[in-house]
Amino acid sequence: MTQKMTKTFRIGFASKLAGVAAFGALALGLSLGASAPAQAEGAEAPLKHVAWSFNGPFGTYDRDALRRGYKVYKEVCSTCHAMSMVHFRNLAEKGGPEFTAAEVKAIAAGYKVQDGPDSSGEMFERPAEGKDPFPSPYPNDEAAAASLGAAPPDLSLIAKAREGGADYIYSLLNGYEEAPANVHVPAGGNYNPVFVAGSGIIAMPKPLSDGQVDYTDGTPNTAEQMSKDVAQFLMWAAEPKLEQRHRLGLQVVLYLIALTGILYFATRKIWADQH
Amino acid sequence: MAEIHAAEPTRRDFLYVATGAFAAVGAAAAVWPLIDQMNPDASVLALASIEVDISKIPVGQEITIKWRGKPVFIRHRSEDEIKAAESVDVAELRDPQTDDVRLVKGPNGQLEKQWLVLIGICTHLGCVPLAYKGEFNGYFCPCHGSVYDTSGRIRKGPAPLNLEVPPYKFVSDSKILIG
Amino acid sequence: MSGHSTYNPSNGFTRWLDARLPILRLGHDTAVSYPVPKNLNYWWTFGGVLTFCLGVQIITGIVLAMHYIPQTELAFRSVESIMRDVNYGWLLRYIHANGASMFFIAVYIHMFRGLYYGSYKAPREVLWILGCLIYLLMMATAFFGYVLPWGQMSFWGATVITNLFGAIPLVGESLRTWLWGGFAVGDPTLNRFFSLHYLFPFLIAGVVILHIWALHVTGQNNPAGVEVKNKDQDTVPFTPYATVKDAFGLSLFVILFAYFVFFNPNGLGDVENYVVANALKTPPHIVPEWYLLPFYAILRAVPDKLAGVVLMFGAIAVLFVLPWLDTSKVRSARFRPLYKQFFWIHLAVCLALGWCGAQSPDTILIHVGDGGFTVTHFARILASYYFLHFIVLFPLLGLIEKTKPLPESISASVLGTKN
Repeated sequence: MTQKMTKTFRIGFASKLAGVAAFGALALGLSLGASAPAQAEGAEAPLKHVAWSFNGPFGTYDRDALRRGYKVYKEVCSTCHAMSMVHFRNLAEKGGPEFTAAEVKAIAAGYKVQDGPDSSGEMFERPAEGKDPFPSPYPNDEAAAASLGAAPPDLSLIAKAREGGADYIYSLLNGYEEAPANVHVPAGGNYNPVFVAGSGIIAMPKPLSDGQVDYTDGTPNTAEQMSKDVAQFLMWAAEPKLEQRHRLGLQVVLYLIALTGILYFATRKIWADQH
Repeated sequence: MAEIHAAEPTRRDFLYVATGAFAAVGAAAAVWPLIDQMNPDASVLALASIEVDISKIPVGQEITIKWRGKPVFIRHRSEDEIKAAESVDVAELRDPQTDDVRLVKGPNGQLEKQWLVLIGICTHLGCVPLAYKGEFNGYFCPCHGSVYDTSGRIRKGPAPLNLEVPPYKFVSDSKILIG
Repeated sequence: MSGHSTYNPSNGFTRWLDARLPILRLGHDTAVSYPVPKNLNYWWTFGGVLTFCLGVQIITGIVLAMHYIPQTELAFRSVESIMRDVNYGWLLRYIHANGASMFFIAVYIHMFRGLYYGSYKAPREVLWILGCLIYLLMMATAFFGYVLPWGQMSFWGATVITNLFGAIPLVGESLRTWLWGGFAVGDPTLNRFFSLHYLFPFLIAGVVILHIWALHVTGQNNPAGVEVKNKDQDTVPFTPYATVKDAFGLSLFVILFAYFVFFNPNGLGDVENYVVANALKTPPHIVPEWYLLPFYAILRAVPDKLAGVVLMFGAIAVLFVLPWLDTSKVRSARFRPLYKQFFWIHLAVCLALGWCGAQSPDTILIHVGDGGFTVTHFARILASYYFLHFIVLFPLLGLIEKTKPLPESISASVLGTKN
């Protein structure tokens, strides 16, 4: 009799579990539904999807790609785009490009930052140090807009601030095309169908061309490769704790599965005399 | 069902303890981030060491700089001040320390006797002492009257310990790195 | 059910304390000996889940407030420094941000469970109303909290919602200025929202105590919807039975929670909120967080501003009077074949309203000639049903429905239906 009841209990339980799971799925569906509308309406160029090393629950960044991506950022992007949330010291942190402390010091020393006041009350310039954020190329958005036509966005969070993330950056950088005959491209504009926010007209001219940045690790420096590297670098800039998050997440989920298992048996045991 | 109930208690107790213990381990682990978030963050730690140019401090004067939010005294000692610091009978001090152990070596391997670097916080209750004041022309704390000598050692008043020497080293003849 | 206390102090200290402050007795009566119907299913574990969510939000919130700066120039940056520099700051913030969504998932399940099993009916009207009050406070808290990171959605969400109050005749204009503390959403607004965001969770906690108090007076409803007749046969003590079952349910829920925090932390958020607020540039598509979408859809479905606001708040207000709109004597939908069908229709309508709230209102669903059937049209039909369901069907069904025979007792229903 006891055995039969246990079995009944199990069936009853399985159906309830299915119910809870269904609601979980519903919640997931809702989340997808909620994020979908952020994509602007109207024509839209499909994003090119890259099999990034940081995708999935085990994902990590590719150190070499991050270092190359940093080089692309420094030599190309940083002439117009700020990255003010990222500090030089971040370049040495675990889970990032992991430059050595000496390399970071040398990188930072290549920039000048304003400091002060000194003992005589004057502001002075000094070489940047690890504690400093990346200096912005323009003092403010207005100055940038005045000299470039449109203020280039700060790149610190760009990979989290655009639907598609790194895929979007990669697609955008590779999305420049000859404008179709029916599209009017105003002076100072460029045609790029990936740039939906501007209906395909973007102020930034195609930034990368083959061989533009010297790669020292033997990777071919095609524009396509550089865009991939810089997209990964910007993903790291936006989400520097991704590796830590994935690692801790796996531990937490494993623990929770074990706990859930124990609680399942405890529940069965305790309720055994009630069914 | 009655007989199951009778045989159950000990097995149930074990079940409670095992389940409870496993859950408690998880809960305890979850507390750590809540505690650790109050520790100094990465931006604070990044400021933890600073380089100071000492070449412009004249003999017989000192500057105060801020390191980890605290005042640090960098004192360019005169011959007289060094002599006064060295001629003390260490055994009579409240916190016995020779002048030499409170100094560091320069780039040439010699003790830089003219440079005294101190954390400018009275070891009594945390006020900032005044330089070139007090009986020994070292430091005098205005809060409760502690008197320090030209090596920053406690000589009179309520403070229990000498002024603390921060970790620092000479990176060149004219620059020190504190922290 | 708050019958005779079975607490029995076991030693000298607890006897001493019990005579002075019977707090252990209170704990024992609430969480140990409290009788729960033995036929409760897993939908009843969400009360525990919600308590957990509130606790997590309060704890992580207090911690985040140690690092957050409620000043328009610094708010966005301070959130980023939490994400980048503060030890485990990224974890705490992702828990807090996703915790809000988890809280709402749980509260919606909890509410629809109440609707399905008729938990709002006599004698549990006050219990239900307190629950509605908690839900209302939760929405306000979530809204205030969403403004704090000072991203584009924060700013424009705050602007749109506060502008709703401008629709109120006569006083609307001054009320809006009063809410803002200026002539647009700005520093004073951010500061007061931060203050209120810190305050409201404690109000929620207070109402939760009343909610649990009311629960312990009437006892829990149950899937059969019949009252407890014989405590020994129909109920089991809260501990260990409900404790372990709730813990198991909670554990499953936390796995879902952990999935979002660790592997999809921004999946429920909007990318625009990673762009710092800009008062000169509205994002192309403004949407609230997912849990407010159905109400947003009702708001937009109405062409008149004031009427839209009234209907949106009416959609929540109608919940407060449900106990008196429902005329059926039978609680559980198990024994109400007609209501059961309308319950599922209503759930589908709420989800569809949520979907509409996320779409651009002019999107054409079915093309007819030049124009067609748009999202707004669809939302109008859905919103009409939403009100029809409560205001017309609830009273009507009780009168016309032929219900199934109720089980004699909870214990009879357990033996009969294996639940």
